[in-house]
Amino acid sequence: MPEATKARNNVVAALRDAGLTALIAFFLFLPLVGFQAISNIHNEIVVTWRGALLFSLVGIIGCGRLCYALAIEPKLRRRALKAAKLETPAWRRILGKWFIPFAIGFTIVYPFVVLATAGTGGALKWVDNFGIQILIYVMLGFGLNIVVGLAGLLDLGYVAFYAVGAYSYALLAKEFGFSFWILLPLAGCLASFWGILLGFPVLRLRGDYLAIVTLAFGEIIRIILINFVALTNGYAGIGGIPRPSFFGIPFNADDNGFAAVFGLEYTPIYRTIFLYYLILALALLTCYVTIRLRRLPVGRAWEALREDEIACRSLGINTTNTKLTAFAMGAMFAGFAGSFFAARQGFISPESFTFLESATILSIVVLGGMGSQIGVAVAAIAMIGGTEIMRDLDFLKEIFGSTFDPTQYRMLIFGAGMVLVMIWRPRGLISTRSPSVFLKERKTISADLVGEGHG
Amino acid sequence: MPDQADILLRVEQLTMRFGGLVAIDHLSFEARKGEITALIGPNGAGKTTVFNCITGFYKPSEGRIGLRHGAIAAWDALEPLTDSGKRSVTYGDGSLFLLERMPDYLVSQQARVARTFQNIRLFPGMTALENLMVAQHNRLMLASGYTLLGVLGFPSYAVAERAAIEQARAWLDRVGLIGRADDPAGDLPYGAQRRLEIARAMCIDPVLLCLDEPAAGLNPRESGELNDLLLSIRDDDKMSILLIEHDMSVVMEISDHIVVLDYGVKIADGSPEAVRNDEKVIAAYLGVPDQDVAKVAAEVGA
Repeated sequence: MPEATKARNNVVAALRDAGLTALIAFFLFLPLVGFQAISNIHNEIVVTWRGALLFSLVGIIGCGRLCYALAIEPKLRRRALKAAKLETPAWRRILGKWFIPFAIGFTIVYPFVVLATAGTGGALKWVDNFGIQILIYVMLGFGLNIVVGLAGLLDLGYVAFYAVGAYSYALLAKEFGFSFWILLPLAGCLASFWGILLGFPVLRLRGDYLAIVTLAFGEIIRIILINFVALTNGYAGIGGIPRPSFFGIPFNADDNGFAAVFGLEYTPIYRTIFLYYLILALALLTCYVTIRLRRLPVGRAWEALREDEIACRSLGINTTNTKLTAFAMGAMFAGFAGSFFAARQGFISPESFTFLESATILSIVVLGGMGSQIGVAVAAIAMIGGTEIMRDLDFLKEIFGSTFDPTQYRMLIFGAGMVLVMIWRPRGLISTRSPSVFLKERKTISADLVGEGHG
Repeated sequence: MPDQADILLRVEQLTMRFGGLVAIDHLSFEARKGEITALIGPNGAGKTTVFNCITGFYKPSEGRIGLRHGAIAAWDALEPLTDSGKRSVTYGDGSLFLLERMPDYLVSQQARVARTFQNIRLFPGMTALENLMVAQHNRLMLASGYTLLGVLGFPSYAVAERAAIEQARAWLDRVGLIGRADDPAGDLPYGAQRRLEIARAMCIDPVLLCLDEPAAGLNPRESGELNDLLLSIRDDDKMSILLIEHDMSVVMEISDHIVVLDYGVKIADGSPEAVRNDEKVIAAYLGVPDQDVAKVAAEVGA
């Protein structure tokens, strides 16, 4: 008898829950969907009532909630109970061990795999749009991870340093004709200089206040780029930026071009593959340096700063310098990425450095799990690769009609994806922290204990 | 009276005002080298404020806090140093620091005053070992050539890091946490966290260890262990300790010298026996005026 009562109570609770959800949905959608204002042929605005659409939406939401409460939620609860008891399964340990070598190996052979499967024409898209584009964001993610993930300083204006790197390369390469290899470190230095410049005034700020000021800094840089027309050419941007050469051999169809020198037939794919390996090397360098830094006193000080700033000061750590180095390091990698971006595109304008870019990079870091290198890489693939794939979903046009443009919905889908990830993995894909030093064994540390930083 | 000359820390006319509230009022006391000096007093007496002034977390409104390294003769430089406006001076075989002029991290880095906190401030997401490694930051930073040599993989850093791990291991062993070295500090039981925080403070190689209520929240067995640990730190490491404590079993048993504060004013200063029998102290703890002490004490059966 108690079993039956319990089941009935569950159903009643689920019904009540579904009813409430439907009610909220009704009031929410009533103004949004229920009424539509359209102008008729006399150019008068007429309000039409779309009851069917409204009630079908409310019905879908109510039924969905009912199904979730009756069918999915008990299953999830049972699974959670089971998961709490289980040890990490064998496949996850094997995955953990082999994932990194496999991933690096895959990224190295990727252009050739694509070349073999998709041919020269198709490979251009796959290497450029997917490979290079994703790797730029992986690198930016790694850089921001130092500031946000390790040091716990929320930076919403990260794209400013990316812009500094890109414009440094573009202007210096065009004006003085310096080569890419000289300008790459120079752009990094200039960006990290701006990182320190930003760092000084904002160091006393924490949390939300820091986030707001960094956001403002990102906007200031963008607006300067727009308005300082004499230097940056404003909205029109800078075109004709010199492209990097293969150690002095340009990628063109000339007699001294790359293809001719190596006795190959000229196609633009060589430059793309070269750029791919260039950004891959830069991303791996960033990753390696970050891993290295984590095991150095400065990296430990960053993490300690995220955990407890006052304790840091009581141990003789100069928190001002520590924060500044975090800002400078993160900015430097953004500067590298920026100069690569300018060299790859050949054209830059302030449009490429909007707040949306900062938000994308930050969400890569947050989705990946703050402080985790693998997590950031996976999140960058999901976020940027996902955006690119959305462009290709032309078959959706057949379902939703020819006016449907899938790329317009990508932000909606990312929003939904983000909400789901935050429900299931609130601390990102890889939420555990791996200690930087150990005596006997390296145990991963649960995210519950690891601080998020207070700015 | 013990050897007056062996003074390590000299607090003079220390005053701290928060707006209209006088938290500490012209407090003067001394802590001697190799001794455990306890700072006691009822709640709100200003003990932690004194600590925050000594360790640079607060800037005192008035007063002078001198700390000596090395030779006793360094005290001769106190007046010239005060007049010079500098933070510290090297004098003969010793040096002298004016702590009230130094920001918090320099008090730890240069004057080498270590502290713990009343509400434990470990790095909970880092392992016990990592906590002790962070404490050796400045030494390791130097060895890693301010990160540059370390990133390039110079061997000097590897050597220094091994030495740092050895020191951390030795301290984990002493506080009985060697078995939990690779566990996150936030996962340790409360008593272990207290001991780890003391070990972490000792890892900066201090000349003065300031402990803010190290026995708070410990059970009698744990506070007994804490007594042994503190006595061993005093005797084996020749460390001077300044201690805030409410637990009288700890204070009376291990202190060499007790300073009693009440409403920011020093009301007694001396050996544990002298302080225990001081009428003013009893009055402050019982919360009655001086003249009623005998009566109230008789009532409560003290």
